[in-house]
Amino acid sequence: MNLEQLNQKLLAAARRNVPDDRVPFAFEKRIMARLGSVPVPDGLALWAHGLWRAAIPCIAVVVLLGVSSLFVAPEIPAASPAAPASSELSQEFENTLLAAVDQPASSTEDQR
Amino acid sequence: MEPTDPELIKAVLDGDAASFEPLVRKYLPRVFGTARRYARRESEVEDIVQEVWLKSFQKLSTFRGDAPFEHWLMRLTVRTCYDFLRSHQRNRETNFTELTEPETDWLDRFVAAPDNAGDDAAGAKQLVQRLLEQLSPPARLVITLLELEDRSVKEIAQLTGWSVPLVKVRAFRARAEMRKLLAKITKEKYL
Repeated sequence: MNLEQLNQKLLAAARRNVPDDRVPFAFEKRIMARLGSVPVPDGLALWAHGLWRAAIPCIAVVVLLGVSSLFVAPEIPAASPAAPASSELSQEFENTLLAAVDQPASSTEDQR
Repeated sequence: MEPTDPELIKAVLDGDAASFEPLVRKYLPRVFGTARRYARRESEVEDIVQEVWLKSFQKLSTFRGDAPFEHWLMRLTVRTCYDFLRSHQRNRETNFTELTEPETDWLDRFVAAPDNAGDDAAGAKQLVQRLLEQLSPPARLVITLLELEDRSVKEIAQLTGWSVPLVKVRAFRARAEMRKLLAKITKEKYL
């Protein structure tokens, strides 16, 4: 069987079979009625709606953090060994941060 | 004197929704004709047409007016039909041994004497409809626009939003898909 000829015949059949363009009775009325019920998209309203939707989880997170800060208080030991530790940490941090600035000064003193 | 399309569109954009009705009435047959190429059931055709008009109303502000409204509307129609094809990709694997009597008769006539099998016969129309329904959505769209509506590759690119090379590639694949289906028919029927 010649498949190419079969293909051409079938496409010719499809070409001859032009679809009907008749319109059901009062279809335009139906469309206009549907258009009336469709809300016109308002950019500002969509933006406000989005903001409100985002506000709810944000408020929830704030409330959760507030509650957790009330009930989970930071543990500070009475003997306060944390104070020297924190001052040590800040000192170390400062030393590290200013290491580059401190070094040339010390090296010049050594040279003297 | 009847208002022109640009005047009606301007009125709609200015808030007079009733001015949309003459546009709907004018182009409704064209949209129905196009939708009937892609959907068989009348309820599906009506759904497509309704969606086209709802979309066109909602997107009317994006119509720039540098081309006729009809061209813009047809682009929207073709794209809505393509969306319909993609969302209704049901089980396209059907068995060609279940051909109807007119289809079988026409095929038998074609096998016996290809020139005697007329392309206006009901069997040929049913068979080609069945074949088109078996094609993938892009293949069906390309075959319909290229072979049945005789549109150029450039026109198809404008209608579908695909690039020209993509249309060519899809046309090549669609023809191959069509040949494969025809080979399947003949194999199942005559071997």
